[in-house]
Amino acid sequence: MLAHVTYALPRDTHPPLDSPEYRSTGLRHPTQPPVLLPQRLTEITGPLLHGQIGPNDHDLTRQHGGEPQGQRIVVHGRVLDSDGRPVPDTLVEVWQANAAGRYAHARDTWPAPLDPNFSGGGRVVTSSLGEYSFTTIKPGAYPWGNHHNAWRPAHIHFSLFGRAFTQRLVTQMYFPDDPLFAYDPIYRSVPEGARTRMVSAFDMDATQPDRALAFRWDIVLRGSGQTPFEDAHA
Amino acid sequence: MPEVTPSQTVGPFLTLGLEWPKGADVVPPGTPGTITVSGYLYDGAGDPVPDGLVETWQADPDGRFDHPDDPRGAVAPTVPGFLGFGRCCTDPEGRWEIRTLLPGALPGGEAPHLDVSVFARGLLDRVVTRIYFAGRPENATDPLLASLPAVRRDTLVAEKTGPEEYRLDIHLQGDRETVFLQV
Repeated sequence: MLAHVTYALPRDTHPPLDSPEYRSTGLRHPTQPPVLLPQRLTEITGPLLHGQIGPNDHDLTRQHGGEPQGQRIVVHGRVLDSDGRPVPDTLVEVWQANAAGRYAHARDTWPAPLDPNFSGGGRVVTSSLGEYSFTTIKPGAYPWGNHHNAWRPAHIHFSLFGRAFTQRLVTQMYFPDDPLFAYDPIYRSVPEGARTRMVSAFDMDATQPDRALAFRWDIVLRGSGQTPFEDAHA
Repeated sequence: MPEVTPSQTVGPFLTLGLEWPKGADVVPPGTPGTITVSGYLYDGAGDPVPDGLVETWQADPDGRFDHPDDPRGAVAPTVPGFLGFGRCCTDPEGRWEIRTLLPGALPGGEAPHLDVSVFARGLLDRVVTRIYFAGRPENATDPLLASLPAVRRDTLVAEKTGPEEYRLDIHLQGDRETVFLQV
């Protein structure tokens, strides 16, 4: 077969599927070791999705007749691979709770108020430089049933495709200095040295006067693991 | 060099961001040759997983990809509207379904297959598997299938349940645990 790109497996990055402190992993993590699948054509290709974006998909504060409650924020950054290359024209999907920490979802039943002006879902496509940006409100923290007095730190769910099946990633973006990090088994499931990669930074330069605060977060997908220098000597 | 962002679970409310009205249609409804591939997603107790997502990616019926990284070159699909990609959130009974065309075989002896990602509350990272199709002669030479003991190989092969229907259940854990793949 013709030579093709492959993607390196990152070390000390992803959480173990068996993470007992997050109780729902108990019956849902595979117990057999995964079988190594060499990356072939189906793995090095992937859906190149764009053109399915609605006019307000990038602005979660403008999807209804009125403005949602809460602190308006811009969330922006770049999608890169671990070789440092931007990932252009790739779909970024987000979803989140409202300012009170409640999801507009039938199964979220904790008695914080729903917001009729906030659905909490959005999508954007990265620019030619891999940049993305959307406007939303800062989500609230919320309790969950994992253990006594369990609270999730405020977060926004992110879904990314990259350009290959192998690069697919779903993760969560957190906000700086959240005191709940120390108590959250989902955040803490990640190897300690990699946790801060999930935390956005306050970005004064991107704030919008009289309108919105801003947070910056770059997302890094798997790359080839080879710098151009190494490629030249391969 | 930047370091890879860690994975996190989709959580219980994944439909807010990941459910597409036409996500299960890899080809437009009514496309000749459409097959339905469906199954249930189960946990280690044999209970359905109602807050999961199954995504599929595949070659077109000619075994080609409309993608620049295919070293044979990108080829636009000959079937109008063929996406190659499908996604379906599981329903309260853990059931998922996609409607697609049978992919072609690939170089290197690879039998027709779908690459599959499974996401769920309680899965901190996706798990990856494949779906092959019962009765395909190429299955005998497929390098992945050949590498597996027979008892586990069957967890990747969808049963033909009708003229245009295939079924494969996915077991995250337990006696019938699906073979999951490290890509």
